[in-house]
Amino acid sequence: MPSRGSTIWRILGPQIFVCLGGAAAALADPAPPLSPTNIFAPASTPAKSIFGLSLFVLSVTGAIFLIVFGLLLYSIVKFRRRKNDDGREPPQVYGSNQVELAWTVIPVLIVVALFMATARVIATIQKAAQPDNAIAVVAIGHQFWWEYRYPALGVVTANELHVPVSDDSHPTPTFIKLLSADTDHSFWIPRLGGKTDLIPNHPNSMWIDPHETGLYLGQCAQYCGTQHAKMLLRVYVQSQDDFARWIQEQRQPAIIGSAVSQGQRIFETTACINCHAVAGTVANGRFGPDLTHLMSRDTIAAGAASNTPENLRQWILNPAVIKPGSLMPAMQLSDPELDALTAYLETLR
Amino acid sequence: MSTESIAWPSTGAASPTFVDHLHEWVTTVDHKRLGILYIIYALVFLVIGGVEATVMRIQLIRPHYDFVSPQVFNRMFTMHGTTMIFFVAMPVLFGFANYLIPLMIGARDMAFPRLNAFGFWMTAFGGLLLYFSLVGANGLYGAGNAPDVGWFAYAPLTARTFSVGHSTDFWTLSLLVSGFGSISTAINIVTTVFCMRCPGMTLSKMPLYAWLNLIMAGLVILAVSPLTAAQIMLLLDRYLGAHFFDTQAGGSAVIWMHFFWIFGHPEVYVLVLPAFAFASEIIPVFSRKAIFGYPVMVGATVAIGFISMSVWAHHMFTVGMGANANTFFVISTMAIAVPTGIKIFNWLGTMWGGKILFKTPMLFCIAFLFQFLTAGLTGVMLSAAPFDWQLGNSYFVVAHFHYVIVGGILFCLFGAFYYWFPKMSGKMYNEALGKLHFWLFLIGFHLTFDFMHVPGLLGMPRRIYTYEPGRGWDTWNLIVTIGVFFQAAGILVFIGNLLWSYYRGKTAGSDPWDAWTLEWSTNSPPPAYNFAVIPTVKSRRPLWDLKHPDDPDWKYE
Repeated sequence: MPSRGSTIWRILGPQIFVCLGGAAAALADPAPPLSPTNIFAPASTPAKSIFGLSLFVLSVTGAIFLIVFGLLLYSIVKFRRRKNDDGREPPQVYGSNQVELAWTVIPVLIVVALFMATARVIATIQKAAQPDNAIAVVAIGHQFWWEYRYPALGVVTANELHVPVSDDSHPTPTFIKLLSADTDHSFWIPRLGGKTDLIPNHPNSMWIDPHETGLYLGQCAQYCGTQHAKMLLRVYVQSQDDFARWIQEQRQPAIIGSAVSQGQRIFETTACINCHAVAGTVANGRFGPDLTHLMSRDTIAAGAASNTPENLRQWILNPAVIKPGSLMPAMQLSDPELDALTAYLETLR
Repeated sequence: MSTESIAWPSTGAASPTFVDHLHEWVTTVDHKRLGILYIIYALVFLVIGGVEATVMRIQLIRPHYDFVSPQVFNRMFTMHGTTMIFFVAMPVLFGFANYLIPLMIGARDMAFPRLNAFGFWMTAFGGLLLYFSLVGANGLYGAGNAPDVGWFAYAPLTARTFSVGHSTDFWTLSLLVSGFGSISTAINIVTTVFCMRCPGMTLSKMPLYAWLNLIMAGLVILAVSPLTAAQIMLLLDRYLGAHFFDTQAGGSAVIWMHFFWIFGHPEVYVLVLPAFAFASEIIPVFSRKAIFGYPVMVGATVAIGFISMSVWAHHMFTVGMGANANTFFVISTMAIAVPTGIKIFNWLGTMWGGKILFKTPMLFCIAFLFQFLTAGLTGVMLSAAPFDWQLGNSYFVVAHFHYVIVGGILFCLFGAFYYWFPKMSGKMYNEALGKLHFWLFLIGFHLTFDFMHVPGLLGMPRRIYTYEPGRGWDTWNLIVTIGVFFQAAGILVFIGNLLWSYYRGKTAGSDPWDAWTLEWSTNSPPPAYNFAVIPTVKSRRPLWDLKHPDDPDWKYE
């Protein structure tokens, strides 16, 4: 955490871990992971800064909770009407300026402390400058899938974002520009950072620098229409070498053998190409995901199904089975046409 | 003070028929009858909104369940939110305000009785309009449908491109219509409190109930107006080619968010201040002590009123406002915790040294104190913007605001129902059933909303009709859904208790709680004119003065 050296953290840092409630501590334990989307298992600088702040806030609010809860409980037990009550009214007390002053000033001081800690983290995350070696990605939200473009690297892909790991020897953060093609969406990978919305006519940005390789999950966090629930996010954090290899592969045009020309003809003469692109062919639609390297992806339908031939065939036949409300139409193809088309798509590696 | 009763104005027939009764209720301008109309209307919608919530919870009981389609689920959460805020919470709180404020300040009616009736019927027709969308939105052919844009209806999902048919029009028109009703009622409350108080009742001797509702009404005027304006703009967008929020023609989605939340956040205080008002009447009576720190309570309420107008964009920490704007809304939001905390401490001070009697109304208010404490503290967590980047729009937020609205407002409201039921009906409720309701609802509430925080911390966003297995969310969602059935059972006991007590309950008498405010000085139920003689008061607790002539309040205030 970059803000570790500040006074407030030096003073309050140790207390955080002392005061931490049991529940939060259990959630904070990343191994075994309670959930692949646990916000208390951060793996990137923004997520870690937020985690540090959240522990501080949790410890302060937890302490307040225990004290006030205790006072309330004490008062209702201590001052309950007893069985042998004499029926007389208790002494009437109308207030006390000293007490009022105390329980006004103390909360004000707590608020000031919480505010200062919060303002620091806001600045740390939101005012971070983009270094020259950062990977620049443009993420475009669509109903109901994600488009990713790497303008400097000449790569366009969908639904599965690949980024390099960023360790101390090779700090390679990824800066993501967030755009929307239609309605509001929100980009949220809990272990890598907080969410940022994708709003039409309102470009946003965020950054992540994952410290460990692996697959990080998330999903759209702003209601965007019928299939908001199956607009899943997958971020593949790769070693520098693996990432460079992936980029190299993605830059190639589609390699198409003659064995699947039947399927390619169906693809290019039906409505498929209105929405989908396959680089190096006549297909250049942009409404749906780019399919040039479809088979390099683990999932289809924005993470709703794994990328198997059966699922692919089902998806083309009737998308509503996998994802009702998806904007992909059922293509009304015959069985031989489906087989040929699926065989063609299977070659897009 | 009044002992005789006067019959309702007769319609001429010897014994009034059902139609006569109906005519009386439909044409009434009496604040008590309008109050009861508001309350019954809200209870009907509470059941409808509850059924919608139950449908959602059954759908989420396990991952990839297909109890309802995504389309139906999206309509359910839109209708649930809209219904509960606009057609349950606001009407029921207006109903109590209508009924109680004139009685508490020693007046014979609201300042504008006919405006009062107008306000109720506008709200009522707004609710009917919303639900007519079920058959009317796509016409009667094919599937009629309800709005599915979420209760805050973010642009551009409401644009005609993304919301075809008329479901969004029903949503926007119903809020437009009921908005006029709310504003007229708010004007009425403000005028009544300022102009109709009985002799001797200065502002500083007014019951806290009237004070808090005064601030609430001021907030309604300030907050509902921008919402109404935004609805008109949305209609212009949809039908006359305006481009306020139409992003495809250069409009701004963010402007809608600002319009909505400049309404939406003060709205939270519109709902919670009347709940505070109930607690501020009930807790002293069942602790047998005067409210602790009355001037500070008033000051804190006024402070909440002002600060609440400057916190709206904490709903927008994730929309990319920039570091400086985010920082401003962090401090304004955190600041509101101070006056709110002062209120909790003053209720604690009221109970301290008292003799607490655990009748049903007090049980609900005590649970409110604990739950509102928790809700306030999760609110502080959400006010720390970076923490909100993780928690915002997740189930943690859903749990947080249900803790406020159910754990805070609804618990106080149940307390108010039991506390004033004897006054409104003249009958005593059944204490055993009341306690059964309390415990069932308490267990259900905590099963549902305590455990609902956890999937939010584990990355579950709100408004998803289903979720993936393997995310660690399954068990939590199961527990949350189980809690719903306890709550539903509690509600059934509650409604059964009201009905049973109304027909079979013991006569309550004018002052069953040995209370101190003016409504307990007249008959139960009060006559149409409320007071035979307009009372004169010398302190905040006129009935205490009457009962303790040797030790009256006015010597100390």
